[in-house]
Amino acid sequence: MIELRDIRKSFGEKEVLHGINLEIADGDVFGIIGVSGAGKSTLVRCMNLLERPTSGRVLIDGRDVTDLKGAQLIQLRQFIGMIFQNFSLFQQRSVAENVCFPLEIRGVAKEERLERATDLLKMVDLSDFADAYPVQLSGGQQQRVAIARALANRPRIMLCDEATSALDTRTTMSILELLGRVNRELGVTMVVITHSLAVAQRICNRIAVIDDGRIVEEGATREVFAHPQAQMTKDLLLFDTVIQDFSEDEREKAVI
Amino acid sequence: MGFFAEYGQLLLEGTWDSIVMTAVSCIFAYVLGIPLGVLVLITGEGNLRPNRPVHAVLGWIINVGRSIPFIILLFSIIPFTRLIVGTSLGVLGAIVPLVVCATPFVARMVEQSLAEVDASLIEAGEAFGASAWQLVYKVYLKESLPSLVRGASITFITLFGFVAMAGCVGAGGLGDIAIRYGYQRYQPDVMVAAVILCVILVEVVQSLGNAISKAVDKRTR
Ligand SMILES: Nc1ncnc2c1ncn2[C@@H]1O[C@H](COP(=O)(O)OP(=O)(O)OP(=O)(O)O)[C@@H](O)[C@H]1O
Ligand SMILES: [Mg+2]
Repeated sequence: MIELRDIRKSFGEKEVLHGINLEIADGDVFGIIGVSGAGKSTLVRCMNLLERPTSGRVLIDGRDVTDLKGAQLIQLRQFIGMIFQNFSLFQQRSVAENVCFPLEIRGVAKEERLERATDLLKMVDLSDFADAYPVQLSGGQQQRVAIARALANRPRIMLCDEATSALDTRTTMSILELLGRVNRELGVTMVVITHSLAVAQRICNRIAVIDDGRIVEEGATREVFAHPQAQMTKDLLLFDTVIQDFSEDEREKAVI
Repeated sequence: MGFFAEYGQLLLEGTWDSIVMTAVSCIFAYVLGIPLGVLVLITGEGNLRPNRPVHAVLGWIINVGRSIPFIILLFSIIPFTRLIVGTSLGVLGAIVPLVVCATPFVARMVEQSLAEVDASLIEAGEAFGASAWQLVYKVYLKESLPSLVRGASITFITLFGFVAMAGCVGAGGLGDIAIRYGYQRYQPDVMVAAVILCVILVEVVQSLGNAISKAVDKRTR
């Protein structure tokens, strides 16, 4: 479980998170939605302390991790996977070496690393690409590699920052399906940042809408979509043309 | 041909001496310059280990080192050179000023190459729990390898030019030959031959550097 208690974050004089409270339960696929600049990335980056909150507490499984340093912080991060909008694969490493990276960092023996990489690549359907380099892969394939890499340490939590924003619709669907599978089959808790309601609707069981550094609405996805309360949510719904283009029928099919 | 019978041996030895001197000072300059470049980079603002005083002092040392003309350095650090290698003349006497001159140059080249590594990759490494040291050698150095190799060929060529200048302290090598025969003995043919050899060498090193850089770069295949 991830708990955020009154998280504030300032960059210099400018406060970008104004007291965020959130609880993300084990097994959730939790969506964080908002427009550009709302503070979504900053918020998830507080969860693995890539960003230190200026005040407030971060609790993971009940343990206060806000002030962790050195080896303990490294240990925490090793068990929180993360994927990124632009995949962030190491260009000079092969696909298998990318997947092995988190294990290498932890000092896992080479045979064990390669064994794990083989398993993970099978899972993301890229077994034939172990020796390829990122430059040879399509965006969707690169994100699959990134997902395999994020799973290498068997994390309990996975943070996804705009994981599908650089991908076309069809590829987005296949990546979302894969993330859904990771959640169901491995029981990994997912935090999914997106500005796309279609994405949130497709895989999140709960969502929080963030506007200018504040959570303005939170609840079960279905509920929020059916009865939006905050103006921001209504605006997002109104302007999200993808959603409007979805017929009710297609939406049913879209649910994984 | 008479010319080669007479000077072939001399030019060949000169070429070899130049290469050895350049290579040896290059190696020492990199042994010192890589850590210096890494340090100045990671102590920069917003980097892995921001430290304003250390960053400023290192930056200042590098700048001073780089702004002293080599020919002046060559003579002005003679006491230091004697202290280190026992002589200020010959090959040994030339290597010390060469290393002193090249180290700050290398440090900047290394800093530049590492700075080109996409910040999001450093962040990804951090997110997976890499320590600062692991980020340096598993991300920064590994991801910038092609650029480092290109930098090394530039360093080699620059130093090669300085080695020629070091000819004035009797360091041997092609520069020494060009100066002695061309300037002091008025034998322009020997000088021209030495210069041509220099040009060929630079050309070869540059091509070799580019080829190696391309071979190690996984983004081009
Ligand atoms: N390192 C930083 N230094 C200064 N300001 C920052 C920094 N990181 C983020 N900000 C500011 O914080 C605010 C929130 O940024 P954040 O990246 O969290 O937004 P976001 O919701 O993820 O937006 P996007 O959808 O564009 O990714 C923005 O106004 C941004 O300019
Ligand atoms: Mg963002």
